[in-house]
Amino acid sequence: MSKLSTPHLLGIKDITTSDIELIFKTADNFKDVINRPIKKVPSLRDITIANLFFESSTRTRISFELAEKRLSADVINFSSASSSVKKGETLIDTVNNILAMKVDMVVMRHPAPGAAHFLSKNVNAKIVNAGDGTHEHPTQALLDAYSIRQKFGKVKGKKVAIVGDILHSRVAISNIYCLKKLGAEVMVCGPTTLIPKYINALGVKVENNLRKALEWCDVANMLRIQLERQDIKYFPSLREYTMQFGLNRALLDSLKKEITIMHPGPINRGVEITSDVADSKQSIILEQVENGVAIRMAVLYLLAGRQEEN
Amino acid sequence: MKQRLLLDSTQIDLAITRLCYQLIEVHNDFSNSVLIGIQPRGIHLAQRIHKKLSDVIKKKEILCGNLDITFYRDDFRQKELIPSSTQVSFDIENKNVILIDDVLYSGRTVRAALDAMLALGRPRDVELVVLIDRRLSRNVPIQAKYVGKTVDSIASEKVKVEWKESEGKDSVVLLTEK
Repeated sequence: MSKLSTPHLLGIKDITTSDIELIFKTADNFKDVINRPIKKVPSLRDITIANLFFESSTRTRISFELAEKRLSADVINFSSASSSVKKGETLIDTVNNILAMKVDMVVMRHPAPGAAHFLSKNVNAKIVNAGDGTHEHPTQALLDAYSIRQKFGKVKGKKVAIVGDILHSRVAISNIYCLKKLGAEVMVCGPTTLIPKYINALGVKVENNLRKALEWCDVANMLRIQLERQDIKYFPSLREYTMQFGLNRALLDSLKKEITIMHPGPINRGVEITSDVADSKQSIILEQVENGVAIRMAVLYLLAGRQEEN
Repeated sequence: MKQRLLLDSTQIDLAITRLCYQLIEVHNDFSNSVLIGIQPRGIHLAQRIHKKLSDVIKKKEILCGNLDITFYRDDFRQKELIPSSTQVSFDIENKNVILIDDVLYSGRTVRAALDAMLALGRPRDVELVVLIDRRLSRNVPIQAKYVGKTVDSIASEKVKVEWKESEGKDSVVLLTEK
């Protein structure tokens, strides 16, 4: 159990439960490192990592960059807005050109689902998926599960409700895979139009009533409405969505128990969650961000340290 | 595999006792000195030394920590490295640090430990205690100030240190291939 089963991190679907546990165990060590006065270790000093972001991102990009720098890797950043992608270069060409400059690993976010898998089959570098369209966002799922583990001591047996735009959310899909692998119970909650048709195949419960979902769960993971991915109208108005599925203080206080609130960010305050909930003691949103760096350090460390079989 | 016993449990205990008295000669009451065991195998020796020192000098508390050096090693990617935890709950700034490991072989572990330790602060002085010194096999210019037993061995041989806490018995064995 000292090595990942895969040379890339493309999605939670492709990794094993013991991979996840190994990543968590390694992240514990890195969490310790990043809380020291000197937050850096020299492990990846001979590795160069390219961060390719074909889609906008704040948290994930900064988190990955910090993780890379704290492992002493050399980092190059790329965002599609200011690149030759605009001139018509293909993904494989872009990446191969970057790799020709001796880059060892690629962290990529891309609007097309499956982009990371496609790249891993076509280029010779270790690929870390930082979100591919509506498909997967593995490091987010890992840090979410890690935050639950930190809060409760374990993930197994915990009840997690994922609320919001499930249909367009890579965070939801990766979270479902990750939490199920770790033995948690998962429920998705949202308007029927935003629940994927085949969600039952993933072995999760479906609930259309937010109050019922919250009464059931230990942890509620609130997701943003991804208007940029919604090509048609899925609900009458944001205001109506907020009234049905927005989490506010009054609703939270009327529950019989205290539940933990998570949010992968970016938060649309006043839509899926009100400020007094997002900033309350029950919310572990900023812990999630802190854990994100440790989780990404663990993933990069384990992938870079993996020996290839000859 | 041929086995030769280098130290049995009585001899290990004697060696630890001697090391402790040598440490007391230099560090007196340990008011400005701390013990740090190198993970994963040095911590048992560190705990033994800590216990014995506490028995002998009866001071309320001698500080003792564990240091993980995995992320500082220079053989990353050459073998599987599993990190352990670092537990140093005290400040090492301006302290006399006594690093403790079971076997001193190539010296690379200690080199990494020096790096790892400097990430925690700047000690005034650093010393090294080892139970076994394989003196003919050093790769880097590092040597221990306090040595339990010096062993002359060749590269194909292995020194195995077992502890009651992890293997159920105390012993040091030299393994020779044949």
